[in-house]
Amino acid sequence: MAKTGVIYGINGPVIYLKGNTGFEMSEMVYVGKDKLVGEVIRLNKDTTTIQCFEETTGLAPGEIVEATGDAVSVVLGPGILHNIFDGIERPLSEIAAKSGKYITRGVSVDSLDTHKKWKTHVTVKPGQQVTGGTIIAEVPETSAITHRSMVPPNLSGEIVSVVADGEYTITEPIAVLRQADGTETELKLAQKWPIRIPRPAEKRFPASAPLVTGQRILDTLFPIAKGGTAAIPGGFGTGKTMTQHQIAKWADADIIIYIGCGERGNEMTQVLEEFGQLKDPRTGSLLMERTALIANTSNMPVAAREASIYTGVTLAEYYRDMGYDVAIMADSTSRWAEALRELSGRLEEMPAEEGFPAYLASRLSAFYERAGHMQNLNGTEGSVSIIGAVSPQGGDFSEPVTQNTKRFVRCFWGLDKGLAYARHYPAIHWLTSYSEYLGDLAPWYKNNVSPKFVDDRNQLVAILNTESSLMEIVKLIGSDVLPDDQKLVLQIAKVIRVGFLQQNAFHPEDTCVPMKKQFLMMETILHLYRKSRELVAMGQPMSVLLEDPIFDKVTSIKYDVPNDHLEMFDDYNKAIDKFYDDVLARNA
Amino acid sequence: MSIEYLGLSEINGPLVVLEGVRNAFSEEIVEFTVNGSEKKLGRIIALYEDKAIIQVFEGTDNMSLVNTHTQLTGHPMEVALSPDILGRTFNGIGQPIDGLGNIPSDIRRNINGLPLNPVAREYPRNFIQTGISAIDGLTTLIRGQKLPIFSGDGLPHNQLAAQIVRQASLGDGSNEKFAIVFAAMGVKYDVAEYFRRTFEESGASDHVVMFLNLANDPVVERLITPKVALTAAEYLAFECHMHILVIMTDITSFAEAMREVSSSKGEIPSRKGYPGYLYSELATLYERAGIVQGVEGSVTQIPILTMPNDDITHPIPDLTGYITEGQIVLDRSLNGQAIYPPINVLPSLSRLMKDGIGEGYTREDHQDVANQLFSCYAKVGDARALASVIGEDELSPIDKKYLKFGERFEHEFVGQGQSENRTIQQTLNLGWELLGMLPKEELDRVDTKILDKYYQPAEEKKE
Repeated sequence: MAKTGVIYGINGPVIYLKGNTGFEMSEMVYVGKDKLVGEVIRLNKDTTTIQCFEETTGLAPGEIVEATGDAVSVVLGPGILHNIFDGIERPLSEIAAKSGKYITRGVSVDSLDTHKKWKTHVTVKPGQQVTGGTIIAEVPETSAITHRSMVPPNLSGEIVSVVADGEYTITEPIAVLRQADGTETELKLAQKWPIRIPRPAEKRFPASAPLVTGQRILDTLFPIAKGGTAAIPGGFGTGKTMTQHQIAKWADADIIIYIGCGERGNEMTQVLEEFGQLKDPRTGSLLMERTALIANTSNMPVAAREASIYTGVTLAEYYRDMGYDVAIMADSTSRWAEALRELSGRLEEMPAEEGFPAYLASRLSAFYERAGHMQNLNGTEGSVSIIGAVSPQGGDFSEPVTQNTKRFVRCFWGLDKGLAYARHYPAIHWLTSYSEYLGDLAPWYKNNVSPKFVDDRNQLVAILNTESSLMEIVKLIGSDVLPDDQKLVLQIAKVIRVGFLQQNAFHPEDTCVPMKKQFLMMETILHLYRKSRELVAMGQPMSVLLEDPIFDKVTSIKYDVPNDHLEMFDDYNKAIDKFYDDVLARNA
Repeated sequence: MSIEYLGLSEINGPLVVLEGVRNAFSEEIVEFTVNGSEKKLGRIIALYEDKAIIQVFEGTDNMSLVNTHTQLTGHPMEVALSPDILGRTFNGIGQPIDGLGNIPSDIRRNINGLPLNPVAREYPRNFIQTGISAIDGLTTLIRGQKLPIFSGDGLPHNQLAAQIVRQASLGDGSNEKFAIVFAAMGVKYDVAEYFRRTFEESGASDHVVMFLNLANDPVVERLITPKVALTAAEYLAFECHMHILVIMTDITSFAEAMREVSSSKGEIPSRKGYPGYLYSELATLYERAGIVQGVEGSVTQIPILTMPNDDITHPIPDLTGYITEGQIVLDRSLNGQAIYPPINVLPSLSRLMKDGIGEGYTREDHQDVANQLFSCYAKVGDARALASVIGEDELSPIDKKYLKFGERFEHEFVGQGQSENRTIQQTLNLGWELLGMLPKEELDRVDTKILDKYYQPAEEKKE
């Protein structure tokens, strides 16, 4: 039967067993009489080391540890969406039903509801040859998402029999598969997959379409591709979580996996509450219908925090395999790195930089590489985009987690304390941020928004860069002494910063802005710039230009033009032309 | 009676090692008898087969390898609770020190608590009026929030906390039950005495539970004090259905104690010698604030921490800021200008504010006013920097207006009396009055409709 071992030592979440137990690396184990969940992390001839995903208070040497024979895995099947799990895929609402308001130890619950009957449509026939990834059944999981159950990636063969369409639970067999060697396997709606192993895919595609988020500074200035990776680093209070919430709400992904890794409990409650009320603008159903939450708050056991990131990305890959675009919000990867550090410290490993283990970089790269726009084994296309928040200590981007993350992501949205203090949100700084996807995505913008889009975007960035070098001078001698053309650059840069980059997440129109409006706003601002520049070139002083309220008018376009009345932009362009004529007429 | 073990095999700082132990478990509490008379308590922090590493709360003075008898108690650290704890004073490990005897109660709770299930939490939305403009207007305190005060030595954080206690508790006059749990970790006698007197003067002392670990009390006790206090707070909130405000001072001493113990355990340090689990440990304290669905009662925390060398990037304030829902930062230069409370509003923040203010909670214009004040005050800083280079006279007219605005904002909006209790209406109106000093086109954070409704230029008013 199952292999067992005897506890020898306990140090926080780390447990030592004496002797060669025959356990396997990464195998899931049950620890002690309370059957706490743990994982094998180190083996040698004399000791087996286990990290325990639950609080170890009350555990005593001499208690038995039982091996399960499986690596730490998640159950993949219908019921994942519209649900909230802890770091090892235990549904928190089930835990609450069993043990009340607190999370107690050794609660044994099924990851997914095994009693619920799903309306199943079987898509394979007896005699059909199938391979890993072939879709065997379709289930309407939520009103927004059809769940496609698949043959596990490591199986292939011939379908021997199937059940009729009808209502089945995730544990009932749907089809029987005969492999080449003659063994027969029952296929069910759900399957298991170890969290630390990426689910295989056929091939990777280069980035080709952006993940449209409705956030101007992201979509226009620093876009992330579908299947891309981005990092949001920032000190506390700079708005990492707000940015992640905004993307989770408005991004044009089919599925959102939100991982609250070592963060605040109230924040997860807020996501749960808010997403259960807000509607997805594209499908009209609730945001929760396309969302799964993984909550391992900062006071929950540290080893499960380490696992939560992998649990999240495995769920995402599973939905990718069905042909969906999935976006992962990981908030925050620094807490995950700290969990690694804490466990590494308990294992008395040799620390590298700032106490972090030397394998920090390889773990981070392995995680971010699980993103991508893929051709799946079953021929469908899907993507996993990873957006990871980073919480650098003291807001200092030179610390190891930020630096190592920077090496493996292609999009960097640096949050700035100064902007956050001035309540300029999103506080993403336009000078420190970058996106390597811009070149890849240029054709998309050209075909789907406007051929002028990338050019306009570059002009905007150029103005902001000029502003920043002018500000160096202004800081020394004041803005009054600048020539008028430079004063104009400062004025237009202000319009861009306040009227375009700044975005109010609590304003019904401004919280999510369609691509078309972003482009028109950009065009209007640049039109104003061109016209004003002509005036200045003709010798009109800035003081005269500023008498006209046109600059304020353009700044508040974001509030004044509703997202579905883009024809109003014509009026603005007319107003700018009129302003041009007026100034000339008055001061000819 | 359980087995008594004679002698110890090692003593190292606050830690002792006992060998040959049977049936001990992780986190179990042990009782020491030193020289046959003196009693001490300890906690098992690590176990290796029959060897237990034990942390001694009262310190290892007088203990030797031979004169100590050890007994296992068979339970983790627990504290006895009953509604009678209100009005009482305890030491850092929950033993009464006010001479009124023990708490007779069958209710005993493990002080380590358990993580609150996010599903069972209720998102906090109820605004607490503290009567302090800088807090109510700009970093609003919400019931169930954890909002620390980041301070420095010599700054009036205690006065501020005391004022919050006075004004928030007496504020609405509703019939909800309200109590204060006060946990002192390594603070000076004077500080503890100041709070005791404040509670007394405000007539709240029979609604206060005090846990005192003073500066000269054993260091290891400090690791227990906030946990005992929060266990009491959770009991009063979720079982006696009261609204609890927990004041914890000083978190820095707590973290230092952790570092001391960690280093004597020989653990690998991470930043500035603090153990790698500092974040998790702080989180287990702060995350115990909150509201539970369907249960009357709440735990609101105001931890106070003194930033070593006023450095907000020091690991203690830094990690705290990542866990708590905002922070109130005190500033030495404002204090130098005799502005009370010296709250530097720019780095201060309340994360729960956005959902607990506005129409139906405070007033429709609250968020916009707050944003605008922040944005304008940030510009004041730029104008001042410029003025210090080119002189005030050379500034543009608009920059001069900002300088004046900044001056009045600091003295009139942030600054107020120690017993001055402003309503939220007064605070917001004062905000508009100050914004009236600036031209309308500078107010770019306010929705056009709100601006038209509330904005009044300063000149117009004089007429």
